[in-house]
Amino acid sequence: MALADETRVPGAPRNSALDWLYRREGRQIIGQVLIVIILGAFLWMVVSNTIYNLQKQNIASGFGFWDNTAGFDISQTLIPYSATSSYGHAFWVGLLNTLLVSVIGIVFATIVGFSVGIARLSNNWLVARLATVYVEVARNVPLLLQLFVWYFAVLKNLPGPRDSIQLPGGSVLNVRGLSLPAPVPQSGAGMVLVAAIVGMVAMIALNVWATRRQRETGQPFGRLLPSLALLLGLPILAAALMGFPFTFDYPVLRGFNFQGGIVVLPEFIALLLGLVFYTGAFIAEIVRSGIQGVSRGQKEAARALGLTSGQMLKLVVIPQAMRIIIPPLTSNYLNLTKNSSLGVAIAYPDLVSVFSGTVLNQTGQAIEVISVTMLVYLTLSLSTSAFMNWFNSRMKLVER
Amino acid sequence: METALRATGTEPRSSRHGTAVELVDVHKWYGEFHVLKNINLSVAEGEKIVICGPSGSGKSTLIRCINRLEEHQKGRIVVQGTELTSDLRNIDKIRADVGMVFQSFNLFPHLTVLDNLCLAPTWVKKMPRAEAEKTAMHYLTRVRIPEQALKYPGQLSGGQQQRVAIARSLCMTPRIMLFDEPTSALDPEMIKEVLDVMIELAQSGMTMLCVTHEMGFARSVADRIIFMDRGEIVEQGPPSTFFNNPREERTRTFLSQILNH
Repeated sequence: MALADETRVPGAPRNSALDWLYRREGRQIIGQVLIVIILGAFLWMVVSNTIYNLQKQNIASGFGFWDNTAGFDISQTLIPYSATSSYGHAFWVGLLNTLLVSVIGIVFATIVGFSVGIARLSNNWLVARLATVYVEVARNVPLLLQLFVWYFAVLKNLPGPRDSIQLPGGSVLNVRGLSLPAPVPQSGAGMVLVAAIVGMVAMIALNVWATRRQRETGQPFGRLLPSLALLLGLPILAAALMGFPFTFDYPVLRGFNFQGGIVVLPEFIALLLGLVFYTGAFIAEIVRSGIQGVSRGQKEAARALGLTSGQMLKLVVIPQAMRIIIPPLTSNYLNLTKNSSLGVAIAYPDLVSVFSGTVLNQTGQAIEVISVTMLVYLTLSLSTSAFMNWFNSRMKLVER
Repeated sequence: METALRATGTEPRSSRHGTAVELVDVHKWYGEFHVLKNINLSVAEGEKIVICGPSGSGKSTLIRCINRLEEHQKGRIVVQGTELTSDLRNIDKIRADVGMVFQSFNLFPHLTVLDNLCLAPTWVKKMPRAEAEKTAMHYLTRVRIPEQALKYPGQLSGGQQQRVAIARSLCMTPRIMLFDEPTSALDPEMIKEVLDVMIELAQSGMTMLCVTHEMGFARSVADRIIFMDRGEIVEQGPPSTFFNNPREERTRTFLSQILNH
């Protein structure tokens, strides 16, 4: 007690019960308690109001509807599904359709983005200008409008089945979509599969060996052609030895439409084109800024050491550009996945269209359906960013 | 000591006292701006040259033209008997003979010190990794930081980074070394460690062209000092005459500014 009195500043007010109100810690506690009270009151209001309204409208809450018969068809199903399947089944069909267009979209948007981003920095005037025009157009036209352009202006103006455009290899393009020949394995096809797997393993082994050889002798080994030979040549050779154990189910015009083969819906094509064209432009800008973000001195040092421009790009510029590129690239992957829900506007049967659309309309279970949909997008986004964060931490520079 | 910084098997041709670098009537413009005007300069093998002058005088541009980081628009530049033209083979050949050290070090921050040193020998000279590492450790020992081999550039001090940069150039066993203000970005106490390495390199018989404001270094190491102003070589000569009896008024002004502070 005597100690406390000694440390008291002369002239300051005596210790009282309200002293803590004048300290930073005290004020922080008051602020946080207030926020919790306000938030709690708001949540209580929302929940109680919802429960009251649901009871008044006689809507049962819960997931009882999940196993009921859906009773509607879906135009694109990756797993077996019919109108007699359950709502839960419809959910998985929609989710898989969303994943399909997102994953393929991310792969192609990355390829387009990196090519165009590098093209924008090209010394070739025409290439650089064309890339700039593409980026400016694609970034500045709303995605929904672009989907309409691809769907209504391009794909819906294709000729009907009778006047289909014949593509090489027996494929057919018309207003109902793209029909591709479907391979049907015959006896002996297993050998081709085995050869393909052996080829892949051999290719990996070859590349490991080539890297080690370069480390030990300094002599590089041209690995592109041998790799291709192993990856493609081996299965082709096996197929030839087995007498090509595949038949193809070609799309054939019967009546008013083509039958057989694999049909890619115009809705899918339009959504994929829109997402790739739109997101690719943003990725191109990210790649360009990443490459330009590597300081001039780095490139000069590489050139002064005698590295070729290809080696400079591969060994010095790209590894450093990647750390600038990855974080915004992640958010564009997330954007693409979330933007795929715009497919609802052109009747692509994605999660939002099938589940938050048709299922919600038929069951009226708005809260359950929307919550599940939100949870799915949240999970997809968080897993994507978790993966990209892991990738980013591997590319980070060591400082201090 | 004489060959301390030279790898075995790369005997200098300095015994022949040939011409290492020859510039004849070199001009360069940045748009309308005439950066280099009528530069004539002949550097003998093994010669140490210090280039000084006020900022913007074109001294960095001059040495950057020698390994084609900048392009000259008129005149001839011949390095070790090869003329610099737009022929990429000539440029590659010259860059293999010419090492360069920058003001801002320009080490590759994503690679360890050892990988920084091994990168060019393994990819350009196709040297086996083990041999490249041996060479790298040899030069790291010469610049007195072998213990830092596995660290990243960001973990080193400025003086250490610049010494790594010098070792990185030496790993390609160049005949000519260009220094572009190598100590200008360093704290005063680190300047000495870098200059010591450069002095040792000079004693080993390397042909050197240094842009620097370190007049003590110039006095003790340079065979010839070149003073540039507004894109021209104003005056040149051995350190004794350059510092004690400068002919030109511009040189005197510059020296009074740089020496009396």
